[in-house]
Amino acid sequence: MRKTLILSTALLGLATAASAQTLTVMSWGGAYGESQVEAYNKPFAAEKGVTVNMVDADNPATPIKAMVEAGNVSVDVADVELSDAVRLCDEGLIEPIDHSKLPPGADGTPAEEDFIDGALTDCAVANIVWSTIYAYDKSKFSGEVPTTIADFFDLEKFPGKRGLRKGAKANLELALMADGVPAAEVYDVLATPEGVDRAFAKLDTIKDQVVWWEAGAQPPQLLADGEVVMTTAYNGRIFAAATAEGKPFEIVWDGQIMDLDLFVIPKGAPNKELAMEYIAFATDSQRLADQAKWISYGPARKSSAPLVGLYKDGKTEMGPHMPTAPENMKNAVLNDFEFWADNGVELEERFNAWLAAN
Amino acid sequence: MAAAQQVGAFVEFDRVQKSYDGETLVVKDLNLAMPKGEFLTMLGPSGSGKTTCLMMLAGFETATHGEIRLAGRPINQVPPHKRGIGMVFQNYALFPHMTVNENLAFPLEVRGIGKAEREAKIARALDMVKMGKFGNRRPAQLSGGQQQRVALARALVFDPELVLMDEPLGALDKQLREHMQFEIKHLHENLGITVVYVTHDQSEALTMSDRVAVFNDGVIQQLAPPDELYERPANSFVAQFIGENNKLPGVIEDVDGGRATVRLATGELIDATPVNVGGRGSRTLVSIRPERVEYLPERIPPGAHTIEAEVLEFIYMGESFRTRMRVAGSDDFIMKNRNAVGQRRLQPGERITIGWSPQDARALDPL
Amino acid sequence: MADLASDAPFATPARESLKTADGKPLKAALARAQARSRRRALFLVLPLLVFILVTFVFPIGQMLFRSVHNDAFSRNMPNLVAWFEATEPGTEPDEAAYAALAADLKLLRENRTAGEVGTRVNYELSGSRSLFTSTARRANALEPPFREAILAENEGWADPRLWQVMRDASSAYTANFYLAAVDLMHTETGEIARVPPDRQIYVNLFLRTFALSALITVLTLILGYPIAHLLATLPLRYSNILMILVLLPFWTSLLVRTTAWIVLLQQQGVINSTLVATGLIADDQRLAMIYNQTGTIIAMTHILLPFMVLPLYSVMRPIPPSYVRAARSLGASSWKAFRSVYFPMTVPGIAAGGLLVFILAVGYYITPALVGGASGQLISNLIAYHMTDSLNWSLAAALASILLAAVLLLYWLYDRLIGIDNLKLG
Repeated sequence: MRKTLILSTALLGLATAASAQTLTVMSWGGAYGESQVEAYNKPFAAEKGVTVNMVDADNPATPIKAMVEAGNVSVDVADVELSDAVRLCDEGLIEPIDHSKLPPGADGTPAEEDFIDGALTDCAVANIVWSTIYAYDKSKFSGEVPTTIADFFDLEKFPGKRGLRKGAKANLELALMADGVPAAEVYDVLATPEGVDRAFAKLDTIKDQVVWWEAGAQPPQLLADGEVVMTTAYNGRIFAAATAEGKPFEIVWDGQIMDLDLFVIPKGAPNKELAMEYIAFATDSQRLADQAKWISYGPARKSSAPLVGLYKDGKTEMGPHMPTAPENMKNAVLNDFEFWADNGVELEERFNAWLAAN
Repeated sequence: MAAAQQVGAFVEFDRVQKSYDGETLVVKDLNLAMPKGEFLTMLGPSGSGKTTCLMMLAGFETATHGEIRLAGRPINQVPPHKRGIGMVFQNYALFPHMTVNENLAFPLEVRGIGKAEREAKIARALDMVKMGKFGNRRPAQLSGGQQQRVALARALVFDPELVLMDEPLGALDKQLREHMQFEIKHLHENLGITVVYVTHDQSEALTMSDRVAVFNDGVIQQLAPPDELYERPANSFVAQFIGENNKLPGVIEDVDGGRATVRLATGELIDATPVNVGGRGSRTLVSIRPERVEYLPERIPPGAHTIEAEVLEFIYMGESFRTRMRVAGSDDFIMKNRNAVGQRRLQPGERITIGWSPQDARALDPL
Repeated sequence: MADLASDAPFATPARESLKTADGKPLKAALARAQARSRRRALFLVLPLLVFILVTFVFPIGQMLFRSVHNDAFSRNMPNLVAWFEATEPGTEPDEAAYAALAADLKLLRENRTAGEVGTRVNYELSGSRSLFTSTARRANALEPPFREAILAENEGWADPRLWQVMRDASSAYTANFYLAAVDLMHTETGEIARVPPDRQIYVNLFLRTFALSALITVLTLILGYPIAHLLATLPLRYSNILMILVLLPFWTSLLVRTTAWIVLLQQQGVINSTLVATGLIADDQRLAMIYNQTGTIIAMTHILLPFMVLPLYSVMRPIPPSYVRAARSLGASSWKAFRSVYFPMTVPGIAAGGLLVFILAVGYYITPALVGGASGQLISNLIAYHMTDSLNWSLAAALASILLAAVLLLYWLYDRLIGIDNLKLG
């Protein structure tokens, strides 16, 4: 997968050299990437008369450092997670963004107030709210079905393999919540060494039953193949598999961890001005609402919520599938980007050591 | 059953057939018996089946039909390493990762022979081929001739009664080859071993062998001592394959006892000894050795038919002369005369009369 | 001297150098004649030389450099670096030190480099990144006395270990990444100690990588030797077909092959389902053959098999059958002939294939990443992780350098034991 990334980046380098009016957007691929192509790229290309290219990456934040350090930036806009946006901004790897260039909301609210909390940072503009949830294949359960985050860690009640993302982020929060820590206190507990130990101890209980995934497209596949009975996933991927492909997947919203995806401009992007125009265009109320037509990620503007309509199939109401829907928010955590920016290296390293130990 | 079995035969092929593909036979009904101590050469062009016969005897190929016996014992089912046959290969097949001594020790070790006896045998075998000083060398450090000697020593060191040699001198230059021919011959005589030798070189076969089996097309064409093979070839193939040979095609005019009169294509009559021909009117190929052709009237035997010839080319070869002539429409009739008193240089274009003793012209199958 | 020599030319005939026909020294003439062909040869290899320099020597040099050089701190913190240089190691940070820190924090804010510096220090002291970012954010408000002002912002600045790490980082050149790569670290007092057990990872991973690579090498040898022998002894038209089968994996994308293994080996995969269908195992006892070490071993053995078969084949093909036949005729059983004659002759191929497979296995990461789960990860996966995820390139470079050194050591050992000129790669 990284190979394909390197290859496509190299090809892009050639492409951008050939035509200055090609905007390159790097995102996560899959159903999510498709939603951005449909809702942002196509209308933007039509309106500005430019070509918009889409490249996929496992995590678009990771190639940015390599590109900037090598002085060979081939991407104009990248879609990254909140903690990465903050970190990249701190390290000066992405351009600051002038918030005054963002259009006001559809109801006239100024952009600064229209975006939800945390959605605007010095260097990034959020476009969606997504969440890490866990899902199961309901055809594999005859009697009781899992309903809480504790059920995910309960091998006696629900035996079978579990899918988890290979990384510390989100897994530690889930482990603590499953261990009985209230959502509001997760990061306070995790900030203490005892809390970290507690989270790893909880993960230990299922370690030998875990299939680790890396790319967002893997968990629906693992579920479909029957490799795991339940897996954490990005909610939009499960929605896409369930709605578009008719897979019998069910999402458990209890203990969901919400996060933002933000647009950033890598330092030295070839078409900086155009990139800014693209971000302003893509994050207006209507586009963000349109995006929700393709995947169940919530728009980052408050004024977009009333504009969200039906799924592209023309019959599924999108509202209840959004992470931000009130019934899904009963026990939810908002990802603490500062915590992860500060402790990410440490915790990921510990996670790697934990993973490698037999 | 054992029709070809002979009393006292050491190596026997009894109605042996070999096919690789189940459709064609590379060896057709081979019967051969050789007494102990004989040096027998299998001679023939490539693809004639001679090497296959050797490989069957060594145990690397299995006979499709028939029986091979060694000292009276059938060996078809005996694996090669239990046959106790020494073998010398064309490329010597000396083990490159072992020294000369180790190569020679190999057959002794697998026979469980003790160290002291081993060393004595190795020393004797190496001395026998005059390689005593080279025991610690690796094969790659030896010349081709030296490697050949070591290969010989290795095949002999465990005192086999039968030694097979598969074109062992093929890779050597002419001078060395001739020298080695004598050495092998002497070894054979001194050790009293039985040797089956495969070659496609007829002079090698004639020089070394007690008997030669001429192979062609999977069949032994003639099995005879070298002189008989040369003097009295049994058919056109043998005549052609062994030594130089003039061929004149014709039709039998008359057969009278040991003498046939043959009418050549141009109408002339010549005399010949009938070997394997039909009666009057059957086609034949008359074979005459160049050195048996004469043109001086006093050397032509009385009563023989003579024939007109036109000299095309005269080659001076020192001890002999070689004359190419047109005879009965054929342009490559060769006459070979000893550079003796009374002989002269013939001039191209000169017309002469040639003749030969009817015993020296053999009317053979027409091919 | 020259006169003497010309006066007595016959006195020293042996030392007289040979001359060409027109009286020039022969050696000089030879050198001149060869110089042109040498220049031409150089000209011909020049593109390759440049290519190797640009694509091989330069990147490896860069990697080695990066593993001992990281100037994220020293470049951005000039005042503090000056203070560290002026004082002895172990000096308690005084007001001057805090003043220098405050000046640097202001610089960090201006240049937006707080994250870069914080990340560098964070590599060695976790949790210190936020110290830099948060304090730098409010650096303009800092007033003397700086010690009180900074400690009022964040107590963490008083940590002696932090000052030890910053002193280390004040020099752009450091061996700390190598320490980290073998699970060692500097303590507060500057001594070298093992990291706590729950952080130890790299030494174990190196050992696992070498052990797994050795196992995979042995497996490819066991599987590849008979195949190569068959290839070398079959008639050409059959061996060509078989060769295509051996090479087929080469022509398929690595990802496709790896994914195919996932389809075959997973719990609901072809092999497990067949075993369950034939009743060999129960449905709830499906074998775990993927997302663990077994998966890594199976998939990598398959992928690396051609690298063993080809060198073996190239050594076996020219071995005429007469060697084994000679051994057999000399009285050796087929096993003895194989062991004493054929096998020793194929050792150069085994060594070449083994070296090739081992070195490739040591550096593989895509396959273990996809099928290795947690227990099948190799050191290269961690290198990739530090390259692309944690972005700690210095540590990645240190790990890669150790791997490179290990491979070179192996190569050296090979040369000593077997001799590199015996290497036959086909």
